Amino acid sequence: MSHLLDRLNFLKSKEVERFSDGHGQVTNESRDWEDTYRNRWRHDKVVRSTHGVNCTGSCSWKIYVKSGIVTWETQQTDYPRTRADLPNHEPRGCARGASYSWYLYSANRVKNPLVRGRLMKVWRKMRQTMGPIEAWTAIQNDPILRASYVETRGKGGFVRATWDEATEITAAANAYTAKTYGPDRVFGFSPIPAMSMISYAAGSRYLSLLGGVCMSFYDWYCDLPPASPMTWGEQTDVPESADWYNAGYLLLWGSNVPQTRTPDAHFYTEARYKGTKSAVICPDYSEAAKFGDVWLNAKQGTDAALAMAFGHVILREFHLDRQCAYFEDYTRRYSDFPMLVRLERKNGHYVPGRFLRADDLDGKLGEENNPEWKTVAFDEVSKGLVAPNGSIGYRWGEDGEWNLEERAQDADTNLKMSLILEEDHDDVVGVDFPYFGGQAFGQFATDIDHPEVLTRNIPVKKIKAGKGEVLVATVFDLFAANYGLDRGLGGHWVTSDYADDMPGTPAWAEKITGVSADKIIHVAREFADNAEKTQGKSMIIIGAAMNHWFHMDMNYRGVINMLVMCGCVGQSGGGWAHYVGQEKLRPQTGWQPLAFALDWGRPPRHMNSTSAWYAHTDQWRYETLTASEILSPTAPEGDWDISLIDYNIRAERMGWLPSAPQLKTNPLEVVKAAKAADKEVPAYIVENLKSGDLEMSCEDPDDPANWPRNLFVWRSNLLGSSGKGHEYFLKHLLGADHGVMGKDVGEEGRTLPKEAKWHEEAPRGKLDLLVTIDFRMSTTAVYSDIVLPTASWYEKDDLNTSDMHPFIHPLQAAVDPAYESRSDWEIFKSIARKFQEIVPGYLGKETDVVALPILHDTPAEIAQDQVKDWKKGECDLIPGKTAPAYVPVERDYTAIYDRFTALGPLMDKLGNGGKGISWNTQDEVDNLAALNGVQRDGAAAGRPKIETAIDACEVVLMLAPETNGEVAVKAWESLEKATGREHAHLAAGEHHNKIRFRDIAAQPRKIISSPTWSGIESEKVSYNAGYTNVHELIPWRTLSGRQQLYQDHLWMRAFGEGFMSYRPPVDLKTITADVQDEGDSLVLNFITPHQKWGIHSTYTDNLLMLTLNRGGPVIWVSENDAKSAGIVDNDWVELYNTNGALTARAVVSQRIKDGTTFMYHAQEKIVNTPGSEKTGHRGGIHNSVTRAVPKPTHMIGGYAQQSYGFNYYGTVGSNRDEFVVVRKMKKVDWLDAEKAWTAPAKEAAE
Amino acid sequence: MFFSNFNLDFFIFGIMPYVALTVLIIGSIARYERDPFTWKSSSSQLLRRKQLVWGSILFHVGILVVFFGHLIGLFTPIWVLDLLGVPYGLKQWFAVLLGGAFGIVSLIGATMLLHRRLIDPRIRATSSFADILILVLIWIQLFVGLGTIILTMEHMDGGEMVRFMTWSQSVVTLELNAWTDVVSVHWLYKFHILLGLVIVALFPFTRLVHIWSGLAVPFRYLLRPGYQLVRSRRSRASARAAADAHMRDAARQPAE
Repeated sequence: MSHLLDRLNFLKSKEVERFSDGHGQVTNESRDWEDTYRNRWRHDKVVRSTHGVNCTGSCSWKIYVKSGIVTWETQQTDYPRTRADLPNHEPRGCARGASYSWYLYSANRVKNPLVRGRLMKVWRKMRQTMGPIEAWTAIQNDPILRASYVETRGKGGFVRATWDEATEITAAANAYTAKTYGPDRVFGFSPIPAMSMISYAAGSRYLSLLGGVCMSFYDWYCDLPPASPMTWGEQTDVPESADWYNAGYLLLWGSNVPQTRTPDAHFYTEARYKGTKSAVICPDYSEAAKFGDVWLNAKQGTDAALAMAFGHVILREFHLDRQCAYFEDYTRRYSDFPMLVRLERKNGHYVPGRFLRADDLDGKLGEENNPEWKTVAFDEVSKGLVAPNGSIGYRWGEDGEWNLEERAQDADTNLKMSLILEEDHDDVVGVDFPYFGGQAFGQFATDIDHPEVLTRNIPVKKIKAGKGEVLVATVFDLFAANYGLDRGLGGHWVTSDYADDMPGTPAWAEKITGVSADKIIHVAREFADNAEKTQGKSMIIIGAAMNHWFHMDMNYRGVINMLVMCGCVGQSGGGWAHYVGQEKLRPQTGWQPLAFALDWGRPPRHMNSTSAWYAHTDQWRYETLTASEILSPTAPEGDWDISLIDYNIRAERMGWLPSAPQLKTNPLEVVKAAKAADKEVPAYIVENLKSGDLEMSCEDPDDPANWPRNLFVWRSNLLGSSGKGHEYFLKHLLGADHGVMGKDVGEEGRTLPKEAKWHEEAPRGKLDLLVTIDFRMSTTAVYSDIVLPTASWYEKDDLNTSDMHPFIHPLQAAVDPAYESRSDWEIFKSIARKFQEIVPGYLGKETDVVALPILHDTPAEIAQDQVKDWKKGECDLIPGKTAPAYVPVERDYTAIYDRFTALGPLMDKLGNGGKGISWNTQDEVDNLAALNGVQRDGAAAGRPKIETAIDACEVVLMLAPETNGEVAVKAWESLEKATGREHAHLAAGEHHNKIRFRDIAAQPRKIISSPTWSGIESEKVSYNAGYTNVHELIPWRTLSGRQQLYQDHLWMRAFGEGFMSYRPPVDLKTITADVQDEGDSLVLNFITPHQKWGIHSTYTDNLLMLTLNRGGPVIWVSENDAKSAGIVDNDWVELYNTNGALTARAVVSQRIKDGTTFMYHAQEKIVNTPGSEKTGHRGGIHNSVTRAVPKPTHMIGGYAQQSYGFNYYGTVGSNRDEFVVVRKMKKVDWLDAEKAWTAPAKEAAE
Repeated sequence: MFFSNFNLDFFIFGIMPYVALTVLIIGSIARYERDPFTWKSSSSQLLRRKQLVWGSILFHVGILVVFFGHLIGLFTPIWVLDLLGVPYGLKQWFAVLLGGAFGIVSLIGATMLLHRRLIDPRIRATSSFADILILVLIWIQLFVGLGTIILTMEHMDGGEMVRFMTWSQSVVTLELNAWTDVVSVHWLYKFHILLGLVIVALFPFTRLVHIWSGLAVPFRYLLRPGYQLVRSRRSRASARAAADAHMRDAARQPAE
């Protein structure tokens, strides 16, 4: 009752009794003080939710609500159990996630719709006399008015707006843009649907109904490893973290598991207790390094050399000197080792050419269907050539032979892997392999003595093909030679001595990587030895670190080669474990119709962001890398010496990559013109493209007709995080103050692009309107014209999955969205409603035409077995074959909202599907009508409702095979037709299992096995990629149908990447004499890994996390490097190159390797960032010193696994080859003095 | 002199002691009841040990002797001195020597603490207004107290001392005209008393509340009988326990 009275008990005995011989005492003191702690943790309810950031963790959390306020969160511990011999998943969650609730009521929260003040002012003035679309038109048509708000981007000056006003401006801008320039000028960028599927779908559904452009992210983030689609025809598929426990040997390669995969790290610890051996490879002494039995600190960017040496040892000891039976059998059946490659003559030697195809042979081996897409091998059974089952030619146009049975059509086969035996080959010839090590520069130039072409002896067979005779060799023989292995055939550049300094050997790798040869040999032996003894239970865990180099494919293919050589892929406890963002959208095929409005119109407009941003932020104008620098000395003849943007333009023209915008002319107008000319739309386009009356937008990105005009950014921090070439975004896309210090190609007087039209003056401020939807004032938000406040992750209903565990679980609204915020679903609904309201009379029912690139997993993927450009007259322009397909799509602009909120009729008509298979989905549509109800009025009357976010969740769950057993069975049955094998048993027991939203609200649910993925959900094995390929004999979706270690596309050969080899980092030449100040001598390689205090569950402006690490941006630098530049720990430093400059504090650490600096990425310039002395503007972010550089081999299309898929294949935004000058700052200027204000900024802020 | 104002003297020495003591007692109780988690010494040792160890020890040792010296010196009834035959002059000499020595020790400590509190950026940043104010007041009080010793040296007969003893004791015995005893003393003494009363009045609103706890807690710990303490719930929970036992018995009965 009273604390004081309770304690005024001096006269009363407090002792009740004694025990333990008087050493213990029982008292009856008041314990009321304990209630304080009970009240501290008392709450009204607990709601299950999670964190919708790009975090693979995907941890289910308990959100505590007290008096209507979210107070704290703790980890859920109710995941379904694993099986008896496996540790359970929980606890999942980390300190970053536990700090999230801070955001809800923090000062960083966006509380109301905000509009840039000057825009608001003119808008309100215009609206007094005009309608919304008229008002927007008037503003855009007046260059002074437009410039007035464009130039203040990033300078503050937001004013509060109502939802009505903010959505009206947005809708008016979208309508104006669609009508004036075309709907493909309305862009939307949002990443990683798996983290909050419905939020993503909200924006993409709106854009797709409009005909707007959904931009990719996985490739732009450089998390997509192109080596995966190259090898497997699969975007990325990996083991769940529980499968680490099944491994006998874990190689951690550039992945910092305890720091960046915190909730999964316990499986690593547990595996170590079990006895799993582990080697850790990373240049710095990372948190993971201490887990390893051995730590190999390879020099950054040289991983491919290390991988090559590992492969050299494995091949020597397990494939050549002794043939391990398991490896032999595995590679024969599951890799392209036995396939035959044609050798082509060049400079008196030979170079590896295309795979031999059935089509090359007389009689085509009896193959009538797609013989040019069927690879060929020698068969021991028939002693002749066969076209083994499973190659891509079997996938399309016929049924039942697309499988990995050891057969060719009806005949049993046993493929020959090598022609090494005397009786097997007709000749031994010299074959040229490119060597790129000599191109290394600066700190990488430790082994530059070898020639650029290495000629090695190869056993070959002469076969009759068509008119003449061709030489062929097996992939295996070429592959082994590529690793420099002597097989007794004589000649140069092969060895049987590990100590020889020759490309491929451990001794050679030691010179490049700094890792001693004996350690390389040791780890390689252990890795392969374990794989042999356990039948493939050796696993390599890699993060994106190695994938962020320009030549990432070489690093990754080096790793993949090791795994395939040792039979690890597709085996539980083994394989390739590449963990990056939360890329695994498990119920993908159920989600796609919702997200891309496939229920109303197909196809959607997808764009690969790397190419788009490269063009639209004008980074191409500053390109310092030429194709000739990366071209192979063994390249076939061709017109290779063109700019990187030219490669991209050719790729778009040939239908390899998508385009956005597509044509210089508004697609709505194109259709009208076609109708006026009384022609079919595609025919009209073909005719006018050929005549030049229609132009592709990609050929002139700087023409105002080809600018992106509106951009939505939601669930993303494009400018503060992923935007490589940040300063170029500011300069050209936004027209804001920027820090670009370099000159463009024109100013420098270097060669101009051939295909892209050059404008002397680059445009600035291409965007009319930037709308950011976020719950916090991010770097992107401060540069926007409109900021809309969205619900936080504890305020909305949504779905969440990851590749790290097999569960699907929800985000849920623990409380209503705070302040004036709304969920993403409701925001886009509001915009759609406003659009539908204002548009009648301006736009109506229109026909749009969508340019569709040649897509992977569609029959079109075998379009181009030869590279031919119609514009050069090398072939005819055939849409969908030699160029993009042009598909008319009906849009009803007066029914955008009605369509948004109902499931459209195409689901009944066309069904659903993914990855090359499809099924009828009528039952599911009927079930949804019963579950969600149907719309009574409007344009979608009678259709199942999708009003709320939960309705939308139910659509996904109902349509996806992963969450609806009935659909899973249908999907497997559909696949059975193609493979001719029985697969439905994989989902048989799940027939009646239907997962609904309320189910996952109760407990995370394990998903159902589906042919969309290559692993299975089972009580016997953990999820592991490639499992169904190996165990169900479903082919990989590649040219050969097998794991493809040789890439035979013309461009792959031209750029020297037919086989994997070591390619040193490229020289981006961003530290020029112009930019480098005298006395600034410290130049370091700029590395941007993931950090400990942000990103993976929350962002870097979180006060709780900032408190743990210096409260603002930091870079890490080694002790020696710091000393050389007079930097001591915690000094303010500036990093710069021609791309821009950034400011941060220095963390001086022994952990960092000399020659590198780490800057953990996405540290936001909105917190504790002073002005740069170099640019005079505020600091900058990590991407202020980077620039995206696309690689031509990623543009390849129309070629089986090398065909475009959204986030699946395409150019990637690499950024690790960058160098910066690091110097101590002389004066730290916070730019808060009066003089720092320019007049417009000041006015804008007022 | 403004202190010679009649009404002001009455206010300071006649009224303020009661106001200060009332605020001290009611304020302390209220804070203890309402805000028990603010009842602490707010040690900054975790932020920086530098200067704290010496500063704190010197200050506390000094101030404790000075405080208890004042307490005993002022509140020992005059008749006790007479009974024991202690000459007033001797007592005053004793007070001057003891108070002077430990006053200086305390002032050195307080100076170190104040310097640390104002100059050390971490300590400064985490200091409240009250933290700084109270330390400044104590420092001034120590300084002034030492200053009064010089005045005292001018009349070593103990007369002034007896006045203060009489006044102090009259305050607690509620003799309301006791203030007249000290009207004629030097203004510096008056200022010292005034400041003392101000500190007493501010006491409940500052970290000084830890003094109350300091008076009680550690001694009990020294005399603890056992090493393992079990705080029983039995007394308050006995009724509930009985009810629980009844329920358990009921549950054991087989269902009909």
